[in-house]
Amino acid sequence: MSQGPTPAAPRAVPTPRTAIPTPPSTQAVAPVEVTGAESIVRSLEQVGVEVVFGIPGGAILPTYDPLMDSTKLRHILVRHEQGAGHAAEGYASATGKVGVCMATSGPGATNLVTPIADAHMDSVPLVAITGQVGESLIGTDAFQEADIVGITMPITKHNFLVTDPAEIPRVITEAFHIASTGRPGPVLVDIAKSAMQTTTSFSWPHEVTLPGYHPVTKPHSKQIREAARLLATARRPVLYVGGGVIRSRAAAELRRLVDLSGAPVVTTLMARGALPDSHPQHLGMPGMHGTVPAVLALQKADLIVALGARFDDRVTGKLSTFAPHATIVHADIDPAEIGKNRTADVPIVGDLREVVTDLVPALETEHAQHGKPDLAAWWHQVDDWRETYPLGYTETEDGLLAPQYVIERVGELTGPEGIYVAGVGQHQMWAAQFIRFERPNAWLNSGGLGTMGYSVPAAMGAKVGEPDRTVWSIDGDGCFQMTNQELATCAINEIPIKVAVVNNSSLGMVRQWQTLFYESRYSNTDLHTGHGTKRIPDFVKMAEAYGCVGLRCESPAEVDDTIKKALEIDDQPVVVDFTVSRDAMVWPMVAAGVSNDEIQYARGISPTWDRED
Amino acid sequence: MTRHTLSVLVENKPGVLTRVAGLFARRSFNIHSLAVGPTEIPEISRITVVVDVDALPLEQVTKQLNKLVNVIKIVELEEKGSVQRELLLVKVRADAASRSGVLEIVSLFRAHVVDVVPDAVTIEVTGGPEKLKALLVALEPYGIREIVQSGTVAIGRGARSITDRALERVGRSA
Repeated sequence: MSQGPTPAAPRAVPTPRTAIPTPPSTQAVAPVEVTGAESIVRSLEQVGVEVVFGIPGGAILPTYDPLMDSTKLRHILVRHEQGAGHAAEGYASATGKVGVCMATSGPGATNLVTPIADAHMDSVPLVAITGQVGESLIGTDAFQEADIVGITMPITKHNFLVTDPAEIPRVITEAFHIASTGRPGPVLVDIAKSAMQTTTSFSWPHEVTLPGYHPVTKPHSKQIREAARLLATARRPVLYVGGGVIRSRAAAELRRLVDLSGAPVVTTLMARGALPDSHPQHLGMPGMHGTVPAVLALQKADLIVALGARFDDRVTGKLSTFAPHATIVHADIDPAEIGKNRTADVPIVGDLREVVTDLVPALETEHAQHGKPDLAAWWHQVDDWRETYPLGYTETEDGLLAPQYVIERVGELTGPEGIYVAGVGQHQMWAAQFIRFERPNAWLNSGGLGTMGYSVPAAMGAKVGEPDRTVWSIDGDGCFQMTNQELATCAINEIPIKVAVVNNSSLGMVRQWQTLFYESRYSNTDLHTGHGTKRIPDFVKMAEAYGCVGLRCESPAEVDDTIKKALEIDDQPVVVDFTVSRDAMVWPMVAAGVSNDEIQYARGISPTWDRED
Repeated sequence: MTRHTLSVLVENKPGVLTRVAGLFARRSFNIHSLAVGPTEIPEISRITVVVDVDALPLEQVTKQLNKLVNVIKIVELEEKGSVQRELLLVKVRADAASRSGVLEIVSLFRAHVVDVVPDAVTIEVTGGPEKLKALLVALEPYGIREIVQSGTVAIGRGARSITDRALERVGRSA
């Protein structure tokens, strides 16, 4: 009996060659002998890095030596590695470039975990370079050893451990490629100290060899046509715009689609500014603290076109009752987002800019064939909600400043060209609600992970990336105390950010939930920083101790003058302690786990609307 | 919950199995069996994983697996269209009196004896889960001393190769 054909000889894997956009500054380099540390610095220069936020330490020390001589890389010495990570995020979110942070092994690397997780949730292009103990010590519980590759596996888009110095230029090329293409995200490159100290060969460029990495950017034309057909025939359409529109730089294209479709638009917390707030079709933010028109429009829609949004629980409320009558078109660059929470009737995988660019002519074709849809009845209803339930707030009962007023005035007096960077909590929601955003990348915040302490370092990174813009950190007194050590970094490196501490002397959002759901039992939410307390710490004195200008504002009459004074100072960081009422609450609100149908306009006040049909 | 067999082609690099296993753990998927080995292409390894999961979460985990940079391709192998095998080594009590009975079972199941000592034999057998289970039931009365079993490996029936198509995909994007 025959033994069958001879088995084929093993085939070589064809090397995929993905073209990398090469920054203009990079030049081809013939192989030269360098140390691994020099190879790291030269690779970072070649991929176009301008700024690195970091702190040296034992295992990364060899790299800091050639870094000192680099004329292309500006290293900014932060005071805590978490600050380096958030600064790199802020830099990336404000500029669209890849943010870079650097830390040593062990505790240096683990301090980066929070910003890496934050960047993963909010799709921020970030590369973290960490030192690792020498190759022979890996796995021996050596001094300052941590398995940071293992630790960050679930919170990075990808990560690398480099022990062979020859791999450094290729790995750094791949890290930047992965971080910045497809759905952006954080990439960690952990490099053994021994690799930094060994002599190796450096050359440029290097090709990316990633046979398992092929983000789909071009949407399927059949799906686009189907989406256009639905958008042209829906009676109650809503465009649900998410942060993907910002990351893919699709705001201009979105504007054309919005104007053409005539449909109402909502922009999520991550997408504030993707469509100007002044646009007449803009209903504001949806979700837990969204506007009543935005929440109700989604609930009543017969078609939702989700563009780079992910049906997060903070947007949908109780998922089973979210937008019960809507057909769903869901476009995202990440196929895993489509159908994850809500089944999509028309899934579109692609880069948002290409998706929206293709949707415009497809919709024009539909309109040419069948005419524009009549949305008058829908707009009549939506406008009725807008008129009856506008965003607003009431005066405080204790006579102290209303936090919403402070934030609103900061936005008014600074204008749409400023950058606003929030922490997490009540002040973040008020900033998202009461600052008018007119352009993308003007609003930075920690949306997915909800990282208290994001604001000050992220504002610092944003100011480094956009030095000509006014950058406000809008922070709470709780958040501010988590990362305000970076004020030292700002003062010493002449990074004149402005910090508005919306100081209600408490962990305000937690306190709000205690008021609403825990019978006003305020367990561990009093911070003693505000009006009538010992003010520990006194933020004005603290600002001055850090070499910043410290201002305090306690009454409505002082608000504008204080903000103007802060805006006039451009050679020093400024911290303004706005002492506000602690009883102000964020409204509207959909309680966690509850249907969006149960939205409350203010405490105990539910909008009247027809829930049945 | 239904049982699904996934063939996952991955880059042959350190830590890839951890990435794949970690994803299953995060989504609370019960891995019924797992087998990893080389393929005809030195740079590619193949993970065969059998999971108990409903269709919708399976789709989500497949998409999440596809997001792993080291994962090249994932194919679900249906039971009908594929050959699925496990390897079992079992050590059974067998003295002069009982050995012939044990050997008869070995022969019935087309298994092999791979080690003999005066009071025991070690048996090697390959097959699907039902066959292996039946063999163990038959051997039970003689006294099973030790069992070791591999994860399922599976291959599609017919001439087509999943690595071929994986390479096509790699080639197209070049």
